[in-house]
Parts: sequence; structure tokens; C-alpha cells
Amino acid sequence: MSTHLSSKTPEVRAPGLLPRLARVEGLPIILVFVILVVFFMIAAPQVFLGWPIYLSFLTTVPPMLVLAIGLTLVVAAGEIDLSFPSTLAFAGYLFSVCETQLGSPWLGLVAALAGGALIGLVNGTLVAVVGVPSIIVTIGTQFFWAGAASILSGGQSDALQELDGTAIYNIFAGNLFGVLPMQALWALAIAVFMWFILNRHRFGEHVLFIGDSRTVARVAGVNVVLETIKLFTLMGVLGGFAAVLLTIENLNYFSTQGQGYLLPALAGVFIGGTSVFGGTATIVGTFFGTFIIGMLEAGVVATGIAGFWVQAIEGIVFVAAVVLHLVVESPAKLRALSGIVGLRREQ
Amino acid sequence: MDTQTPKTRSYEHIVRAENLSLSYGKVRALSGIDLAIGKNEIVGLIGDNGAGKSTLIKTLTGVVRPTSGKLYIRDELVDWGSYSVREAHRLRFETVYQEKSLGEKQPLWRNIFVGRQITNRFGFIKVAEERRIANDILKRQLGFRGVGIDADSTISKLSGGERQGIAIGRAMHFDSDLIILDEPTVALAISEVRKVLDFVRSIKTSGRACIYIEHNLAHVHELADRLVVLDRGRIVADIKSGEMTLEQLTKFLIDLQHSGHAVGPA
Repeated sequence: MSTHLSSKTPEVRAPGLLPRLARVEGLPIILVFVILVVFFMIAAPQVFLGWPIYLSFLTTVPPMLVLAIGLTLVVAAGEIDLSFPSTLAFAGYLFSVCETQLGSPWLGLVAALAGGALIGLVNGTLVAVVGVPSIIVTIGTQFFWAGAASILSGGQSDALQELDGTAIYNIFAGNLFGVLPMQALWALAIAVFMWFILNRHRFGEHVLFIGDSRTVARVAGVNVVLETIKLFTLMGVLGGFAAVLLTIENLNYFSTQGQGYLLPALAGVFIGGTSVFGGTATIVGTFFGTFIIGMLEAGVVATGIAGFWVQAIEGIVFVAAVVLHLVVESPAKLRALSGIVGLRREQ
Repeated sequence: MDTQTPKTRSYEHIVRAENLSLSYGKVRALSGIDLAIGKNEIVGLIGDNGAGKSTLIKTLTGVVRPTSGKLYIRDELVDWGSYSVREAHRLRFETVYQEKSLGEKQPLWRNIFVGRQITNRFGFIKVAEERRIANDILKRQLGFRGVGIDADSTISKLSGGERQGIAIGRAMHFDSDLIILDEPTVALAISEVRKVLDFVRSIKTSGRACIYIEHNLAHVHELADRLVVLDRGRIVADIKSGEMTLEQLTKFLIDLQHSGHAVGPA
């Protein structure tokens, strides 16, 4: 009967411990992250008690993290972008061709960012001006830009070994003090910057209101069309940057290099606690959510469980995390759940 | 942000529409609206659902653009090409809608300042200042004391009356010259209705103008300087305060409804 009693008390006005904890941005997912690390330390001490595995995560996760951070803002606006794997391919091609044909990786960096911006601009214009739902637009453009990258590169891969040890390599894939991977620092800097954009900048506030309700945003004087175009363009630029990080780290470009990023990057956003309904988003959550995704595969394999288990466990963690967010953020659902638990105890 | 105010110049009408028409395809939402609102006038806008009240308001405040017609603000012709919600805000027009004027999942302080944020020159919001002003609006202007609501409360946790209060407090804070209320009392408890009506009076005493859309004839009749009756996109009556009693007005509207159906345009 605890359900009836508790539903009468005005819990909304006097938050309990759990909702108050939920106000610490990303706390539930930080806990899940810590629990997973501790679990792996116990289950696979020979791997997870040493430095190398963590340094390895810091080189493999950053491109996905940069994508997931951009996606967090897109999802906050109630939109979705599925075209970023092709941005990795197309912008990566632009970078590679500038290096191999023109010998200028710096021009390549600019070209990759500009190419990403172009992809985002097209997406944003189709969504905001023409009014095609973003999920449909970006499925289409994902095919187109992947195809464009294949045509232009002739399906070939480019070895970029000559970049090793150059200034651009040291800046984007080198190690600070000989230890800390530079791409991790770049990803961290972008995460911090984008946190301020989302939570403290006028643009971020407009994104949140657009995701909350387009009508409210418009009535409040937000230029919904322009801000949506800016949002997708920003996502494209971040995709272009992720492409450069990935290509330089691999010292290799191949036209299918974006494959395999779509679902993990999206999973990082949703594990982190950003709502698929728009209007709320957490960069901190995305940060830890993406590292959880990036860590699971190596972790599961290191514990000695067969590799076949990786995807199943990823799925369980994903669903559990999303359920956890819903329960923690909604006092009503929390009450309902504790009611069920209470009833079971009575039986 | 924009600090230049258009306030200093004297004017006769805060807003004047001339032959305003708006069609959605074949549907004429507004036809030939001529309406002038004085500098310190409270105008009640009444009419059935679908009479065009909301459409008229949206046209005056830059949400939708009319098919034809002219608009003068403070006696100056408005260029439709550059007229927008933002421009209407800048010209100190503020609308309080029945709903859809607050972002449900956002904290109160963001709702007060969205579209008019206090920022530094890079566009970053001065959160501490916005929070402080929001709390000030809650306590001083709206008297939200000791009810567990502060600048960080999420809108979805507020009651309907509290939401109206926030939207009205926002209009007061931005010192609007024309405040448009779209059925502000529709979902409120009686005690809260009194507060809203008092606020409408304070609009008058502070020298501002107000367009007040209302279903409850008793409320508008008691408050308005003038009542404008809309019917199927046209102004069918413009009644000065004191010209009709509440009973006469009620009868007039009922008669209008009956006759309207017989002679209304196809």
C-alpha cells in the first residue's frame, strides 16, 4: 500500500535523496562507469590493473567521443543525425587527398572540416527549410556521401605513413609528455567547450527549447530554421574533425572507415542519459557513456568470456542504463517501482 | 543586447492595423481588419472559437505574416519583410499565450530570458544574473513566497496558475508597452483569477496598453476600455466601455451567432 500513501505526499516540491542526486549531471552513469571499471579490475586484474589498457582507450575512444558530443546536441534538439559515418569517410578522403596529392596535411585538416560543414549544411537545410524529418534526410545523405567517398577514392585505401612524426601527427595523435594521447586531450577540450555551448551559451539554450517545443521556441523569438541549420553544420564539422583524428591515428585512409561507428556513438549518447524526446541533454553523461561503450569490448574479452558475448553484454548495459535514467529522473516511475518492490516483500 | 528603446517618442496608437487580411489557401482567417489600440488602452477581444482572435494576435506580434494589409506601430509603418517575433519583442510587445509560451523541461530562469538572454559579447549567458533576476521576479512581482518554487524549478512542476504568473511576470520584467493576454484565466482557480485581473488593472495604471482575449464576458466587461468583437475573421462590433451592460452584451453576442450563421460568407 506504500504506493497510495506516497502518491499523496507532494514529493515534487521536496525532492528525496535519489532525485536530488540525479541533479548532479551524469551521476548515475558515472557510477555505472566506476562499477564497470571495478568489475573489470576484479575479473581481469592482469589487464585492468595496468596503465596500458587505459592509454589504449584514450587513443581509440576519442573519434567516437567527438561524434557522440555533437550528436548529444542534435538529440537535444529532438533531431537525429545518422550520416556521420559517411562524414568520417568523406572528410577523411578530403584530408587524405590533400596530403597525398598536394602534400599539405594542414590544408587537409581545413578541407575535412569544410567537407563536414558542407554535409551538415545540406542535412540542416533539408531538415529545417524543406521540412524532411531528420532521420530520413540523414539516412539518405549517409548513403550519398559514403558513395561519393567510394567514387572519389576509387575504393582504394591511402597509406599515410609519411605523416608519422610530423607536426600534425604530433598535435593530433602524439603523446603529451610521452604518455598522454593528444587525441584524448582534444576530445576532452571539445567536451568541455561543448558543455559550455550547450549549458551556458545562447545557442545551446535555443537548441534545448527547440527540442522541448518548436512552437514555444518560435514564440519566444528563437529563429528555429537558422538554429537547426547551425546545429547540423556543427555536427558536420565535428564529424570532419573526428575523421581527421581517426585518419591520422591510423596513418591510413580507407573509404569504409566510418562503418561501425553509427550504433556505438548513438549508444554512448543514450547510455549517457540524453533523452530521445529532446529538450534535455547531458554532455557529462555522453562522455562517460561513450567510454563505457569503448571499454566494454576490451573488458569483456579480457575477463576471458568468449568474444561472442560482447554484443549481448553491450545490449544489456545499454538497456539497463536507459532504464536507470528513466527511473532516477522520474519520481513517479521511481515510486511505481518501489511500490512493486514493496508489494513483493509483503507477499 | 538591444538597449535602445523606442519609448521616448510620443505616439497616439501603440498599434494600428489597416485592412489586414490573411488566407490559408482558400480559408480566410482574417479579412479587412481595421483596428487601432491607444497608448494606454485596454481592449477586450472577444469572439467564438475560430473567429480569428489568435490569428489576429499572431499577425500583430510577428508570428505569422498576413496576406495583405498594413501595420503601424507607434504610428510608424511596419515593413513586413523585417517584422518578426524578435522585432516585436524589441518594440516592447509581449504575448502571454494560453499555453505553449513556456518550455516544459526547462528551468524557470531560462524561460524568463529565452530569446532575450543576458550574455557577454561571445553569447555566453550570465547565469548568475539571470537566476538572481528570476528569483526577484518571483518574490517581488509575483509574490511566490514559501511555495517551494525558485529560479531552478522546472516548468513541468508548476501549476497552470503558476505558469500564467511566470509568463505575466516575464512581460512585466521586460517592461512591455503592449501586453497581449490570450485567455489568461482559462485554467485558473478563482483566487488566482483575481490576481490576474489585478495585474490587468496594473497594466492600465502603469500607462501601458493591453489586448485581452477572454471567453468570460464578465471579466472583460469589467476591465476593458473597449470591446472588439470578431466573427469569422471580421470585426463586427467595436463597443466602448459603458455603452452596453453585461446583459446587453451577452444578448448581442447570442444574436450575432444566430444571425451570423444565416448571412455568413460562404
